[in-house]
Amino acid sequence: MTIEQIQNEIISEFDMFNDWTEKYEYIIDLGKSLPVIKTQYKTQENIIRGCQSKVWLYAENIDNKLIFTADSDAIITKGIIAILIRAFSNQSAEEIINAKTDFVEKIGLKEHLSQTRANGLSSMIKQIKLYAVAYSTK
Amino acid sequence: MKNTAFNITSIRNDFPILNLKVNGKQLVYLDNAATTQTPKVVIDSIVSYYSKLNANIHRGAHYLSQKATEAYEDARKKFQKHLNAQSSNEIIFTSGTTHSINLVANGFINLLNSGDEIIVSHLEHHSNIVPWQMLCKKTGAIMRVIPMNEKGELIFSEYEKLLSNKTKVVFVNHVSNALGTINPIKEIISKAHEFGAAVLIDGAQALPHFKIDVIDLDVDFYVGSAHKIYGPTGVGILYGKEKWLNKIPPYQGGGEMIDEVTFEKTTYAKLPNKFEAGTPNIAGVIASAVALDYINKIGLEKIEKREAELLDYATKKLLEIDEIKIYGDSSNKTSVISFNIGSIHPYDIGSIIDNEGIAVRTGHHCAQPIMDYFNISGTIRISMSFYNTIEEIDSLINSIMVAKKMLS
Repeated sequence: MTIEQIQNEIISEFDMFNDWTEKYEYIIDLGKSLPVIKTQYKTQENIIRGCQSKVWLYAENIDNKLIFTADSDAIITKGIIAILIRAFSNQSAEEIINAKTDFVEKIGLKEHLSQTRANGLSSMIKQIKLYAVAYSTK
Repeated sequence: MKNTAFNITSIRNDFPILNLKVNGKQLVYLDNAATTQTPKVVIDSIVSYYSKLNANIHRGAHYLSQKATEAYEDARKKFQKHLNAQSSNEIIFTSGTTHSINLVANGFINLLNSGDEIIVSHLEHHSNIVPWQMLCKKTGAIMRVIPMNEKGELIFSEYEKLLSNKTKVVFVNHVSNALGTINPIKEIISKAHEFGAAVLIDGAQALPHFKIDVIDLDVDFYVGSAHKIYGPTGVGILYGKEKWLNKIPPYQGGGEMIDEVTFEKTTYAKLPNKFEAGTPNIAGVIASAVALDYINKIGLEKIEKREAELLDYATKKLLEIDEIKIYGDSSNKTSVISFNIGSIHPYDIGSIIDNEGIAVRTGHHCAQPIMDYFNISGTIRISMSFYNTIEEIDSLINSIMVAKKMLS
């Protein structure tokens, strides 16, 4: 699937929820299923700055596709990054660079996040794009 | 405990924001240690200032300027009286506690030599650590730290060991913002004075809760913020003994703080103007004095009693939750409770209860050394004011239970 198709899939999944509690429960479940980063990559330099809880993000280039793994000490944060990984992982660097990111607003995530958490979300997306830029120039 | 012990309905009606709905739910505001809410009389005084009094102070000869100056100086006298300072020259208005601390720390640049020592406590807010670290860098002075114990109290015997003739300044908070511990500042001050050291007390978390008497404390500098005593944001208070305020140089240069200016040289104004360069937050200062009148009308003793009752009830209820750990259980503390539940991250609980309309603080509370001591990244902190109710604490507990279930 393309990034856009995956994002549309996520949007329609979130459309099914009636209230924020259901959304949060879903995000928490996603957090538990996050593809967890290998311990050797859980380093200081892989911590995303701008997040209030700790978030580690790592990307590997396998057969010209970027594979993201991550972890966080907060479960809701883990769920949020799981959504982002689902949208952007296993795609080429060029596709990630060119991908739109407005699906996070469409799923109503930002309105339920405090400003600091919303900033953290933006930092995560930025970091995913930065990895893509780094690999595309290699 | 009955809410009727205190006319809570009437008190809550004084605060328009307490009726607010957030995320479709009734706001339950339990973040008073960060900012207290503003009573209508204070909001009205700001509107009234800009409607009837707005002018620059201390310079214009015209009617409005004189009236505004009078109101501003009356505010200073009210703070003088409230703190029992000897003279209104000892009350300086700043932009907040942080500004007040920076003003004093900066004043010691020329009074410290390399190898001199200054003493901080482990319980400080970053704003009472960083300005002094900057001072150490500039002067070569060395910072010593009073350690804390498991209960979140300072270890006095260790403090006594740190003091020596090299000690020049001691800076400690009256009440810890992260844990609520009330520190024995009178004893801390008198011990420091035995060695000739000056003492600055960060009273930001004490001023909303109990009466401060700077003469009785014999404190050299006492600082606080108006937005934590039901006043507006952007106003800070610095009390300093006149002999100290005369000794330290001005922090900022500008209008108002001068006596005479030529391109060769400037002579500074006398106290308190020496430290109030530029146009101050006139409306804010005047409104802060209205806030002071408001709490004095209720009475700080009544406020203290009411908040102690809320603290007891909330502590008891929280302790009924499985796996809860409360950080800081000194028998001498204000209405602040810092806690975690099992291994759940404080942000997770904070995010979920925020959607239920409950406002608490999560994180390290600008006191990372305390978090490091307990080996945690942060806590959930509730901080109660006299306007909070038993029902609100029950709502908090219910929301925490919902969050706990979702997150386990």
